[in-house]
Amino acid sequence: MATDVLAAVRAIPDPEIPVITIEGLGILRSLTLDDAAGQVHVVITPTYSGCPAMRAIEDSIARVCRAHGLSARVTTQLSPAWTTDWIDEDSREALRRFGIAPPGPAGSTGVTGSGGPVSVTLGTRPIGSPAAEVTDRHTPACPRCGSERTSVLSQFGSTACKALRRCDDCGDPFDEFKAL
Amino acid sequence: MTDTTTAIQAAYLLGLGDDALIYSHRLGSWLTWAPLLEEDMALANISLDLIGQARAIYTYVGANDGTGRSEDDIAYWRDEREFRNVHLVEQPRGDFGQEMARMLWFSAYQRELYAGLAGSRDAQVRAIAAKAVKEVRYHLDHASQWVVRLGDGTPESRDRMVAAFSWVAPYIAELFEDDAASVAAAEAGVGVLPSSLRAAAEATVAAVLAEATLEPPAVSRWHARGGRDGVHSEPMGYLIAEMQHLPRSHPGAAW
Repeated sequence: MATDVLAAVRAIPDPEIPVITIEGLGILRSLTLDDAAGQVHVVITPTYSGCPAMRAIEDSIARVCRAHGLSARVTTQLSPAWTTDWIDEDSREALRRFGIAPPGPAGSTGVTGSGGPVSVTLGTRPIGSPAAEVTDRHTPACPRCGSERTSVLSQFGSTACKALRRCDDCGDPFDEFKAL
Repeated sequence: MTDTTTAIQAAYLLGLGDDALIYSHRLGSWLTWAPLLEEDMALANISLDLIGQARAIYTYVGANDGTGRSEDDIAYWRDEREFRNVHLVEQPRGDFGQEMARMLWFSAYQRELYAGLAGSRDAQVRAIAAKAVKEVRYHLDHASQWVVRLGDGTPESRDRMVAAFSWVAPYIAELFEDDAASVAAAEAGVGVLPSSLRAAAEATVAAVLAEATLEPPAVSRWHARGGRDGVHSEPMGYLIAEMQHLPRSHPGAAW
């Protein structure tokens, strides 16, 4: 019973990317069952400060616990700040199969470090694609055809955690989980 | 903040939260107006990051300043004079070049601010800042690339960027002005002195301007002031009216 509810909480899907779980995404920071109180204590951390999925995730946790006859206490913890490096290998593969390129190592995508001035160089960019090629160091492969030749269309995609890219070979646009 | 909280430190943090909320509101007004669909999404995403930062700050202040206010109470039930944001963020949407000039300055400032606050003595301020600084780097990157692209672009885009930096110039000094609240917060080790962020932020903007082959704009003869004391420019009243209309018309509404 106890292990059932804990496994069920770990297996809750991310509401925006349902092929990965909150555990695989690395936002489930701790999970404890207080048998005496009949309560599960869950600590989660947001991906982005404004991530609108957090409320849905809290609701899912409460629903899963209720189904096991338990109440849930969900705490949101900001520190240490979530990083895409916490996404596990299985989830990275699941993202790829789902058509989302998994993130490179944190700090590898198109942004400079916290110190010093920004250095940008003007490259050759096609008109109409305000791309970040200029500072983009990590180039994810196309999740559809596997080509390594892909470019950024926009660093801000369909959700806060994704960028929009295009494959230069098969021509398909695809989402990339941004390194953070 | 529990040990060291004073009303004046809460006022300091509210100013930072108000900057984020009010700028998020202005960025939200770009939806369907941006030059490209990708920009609609980018500006909305940046707006969302800022709302998230404001929510974290408001929740923390409300829970610890003795008022017991919720984040919604702070966002929707204060009047104009109680908002402590700088004038820069309350100015209405101009053209896209103006937005990129404003975003470049604001994100260059916020990056230094949050990097500094990541060393705050207050654990929750540290946590909020360490998270926010990672988001702001993407905002800064976005604005930098557009300024370079437009500044070193066609004669028309260049003229627009030159005009944009002249437009934004009078609103910059206020970001770096120390007031009683920021001095108290810095002395307590909770906050950072705005004036201490100026050199690094200016160097960031100067490097982007150089890359964009733009001259720094002339120093303006007047500059905005008073936002941290709740004295705002005319557009702020309309912004507040629009932003607060729904919860004030339907108090307690939830879904």
